[in-house]
Amino acid sequence: MKYEAIVMGVSSGGMQAMKVMFPLFPKDFKIPIIIVQHIGVQSDGEWIKILNHNCNLHIKEADEKETIETGNIYIAPPNYHLLVEKDKTFSLTIGERVNFARPAIDILFETAAEAYEKKLIGVILTGSNYDGTKGMERIKEYGGLTIAQDPETAASSFMPAAAIAAMQPDHILSLENIVKLLLKIT
Amino acid sequence: MRYKETSDLEISLLLEAIYRKYGYDFRQYSQAHIRRRIMSRMVMSGFEDISEMQSTVLNDESFAATLLQDLSITVTEMFRDQSFYKSLRENVIPILKTYPFIKIWHAGCATGQEAYSMAIILQEEGLYDRSIIYATDFNQNALNHAKEGIYSTSLIKEYTTNYQLSGGKESFSNYYTSNYDNVIMNQSLKKNIVWANHNLVTDSVFAEVNLILCRNVLIYFDRELQNNVQTLFYNSLINGGILCLGAKESLRFSDVYEKYTEWDPRQRIFKKKY
Repeated sequence: MKYEAIVMGVSSGGMQAMKVMFPLFPKDFKIPIIIVQHIGVQSDGEWIKILNHNCNLHIKEADEKETIETGNIYIAPPNYHLLVEKDKTFSLTIGERVNFARPAIDILFETAAEAYEKKLIGVILTGSNYDGTKGMERIKEYGGLTIAQDPETAASSFMPAAAIAAMQPDHILSLENIVKLLLKIT
Repeated sequence: MRYKETSDLEISLLLEAIYRKYGYDFRQYSQAHIRRRIMSRMVMSGFEDISEMQSTVLNDESFAATLLQDLSITVTEMFRDQSFYKSLRENVIPILKTYPFIKIWHAGCATGQEAYSMAIILQEEGLYDRSIIYATDFNQNALNHAKEGIYSTSLIKEYTTNYQLSGGKESFSNYYTSNYDNVIMNQSLKKNIVWANHNLVTDSVFAEVNLILCRNVLIYFDRELQNNVQTLFYNSLINGGILCLGAKESLRFSDVYEKYTEWDPRQRIFKKKY
């Protein structure tokens, strides 16, 4: 298989974006999805339960040392950075905030790029921060596929626009078309 | 493309060199984390590659000390995870009250915020005078900072909120004295805290304690090392003693899992069986 995992980064406007995208993935979607959503420290994970109601895949918080498996959408836990190890397991750290964020999109994307190399797809979605730009660059450097949400369609255009300006992603698409593309190429 | 070419071999040789020369053992740490830290130091200090950096590590002790700081995590807060401290007050303090003398071990205390948080709770519960807190870390700089108990005023707002939400009974400002940009923690909080250098990876049991707090330290270790440290904790606790881990840490994969009951599973609080 050409691709083995998808990483996504999303910030403000993210809840709505995930509500649109997640139900579009079929139960037999072939690769795992790993997401950093910037979220408050005190989040109790209720929103994950809500998203699960309307999703064919299993949405869960990533646990440390957990093996990354197909059929799941993993979400970085609040107040931890989420890293991917080369053996395709997760690590969590409480290191300094990066781009004012913990979890930081850059940390997930950069470590996932090192682990999956060209078999990774990076997707940067709505947000009002520039987190994720460096991570997208790293994914591209390793030969992975990069996709940014079309800023015109984003609740908050800053984050995808920052990535587009810095690294010319392979595709710039609306949320629905991102999912269509992902279904086609995996 | 330097990242791509860097081999895992170079990193493992560097960690071996640090261990053999300085005795600090990072060989069983989670690799992605260690790799990020090492690469960031390499770029910041202007080395061409890791091998070049390794030779400096071996020959320049002050550079080695810098790298050790990079590899050590000192991010912490007062009353980090308010719901945990709330549970500590409600579910653990009543147990501590039954002991004539209370020994507590804060393993991996970094710059000391959580040890001071514990001292505050003990004081409010009327237990501090019969308690001793061993606060340990392998990072001597962090320990020195902890011992001073001086923190930036800019952090105090967050600490105050944490304190209040965790069930604090007083005004948080009672516990420190402000001095322009910094605050210093009260002497009365420091008197029963013993700050000591202890490395969880290479050092062994040093006391028998009623309560161990080790939160967000084990996430950096591989499973085997986690298991070794869990055994060390088990051997350091009295029967009926309490072990507190971080919000995303578990005992489940360790050999001692069956020897504990889950006291508050949501807050990762465990009680050693009799």
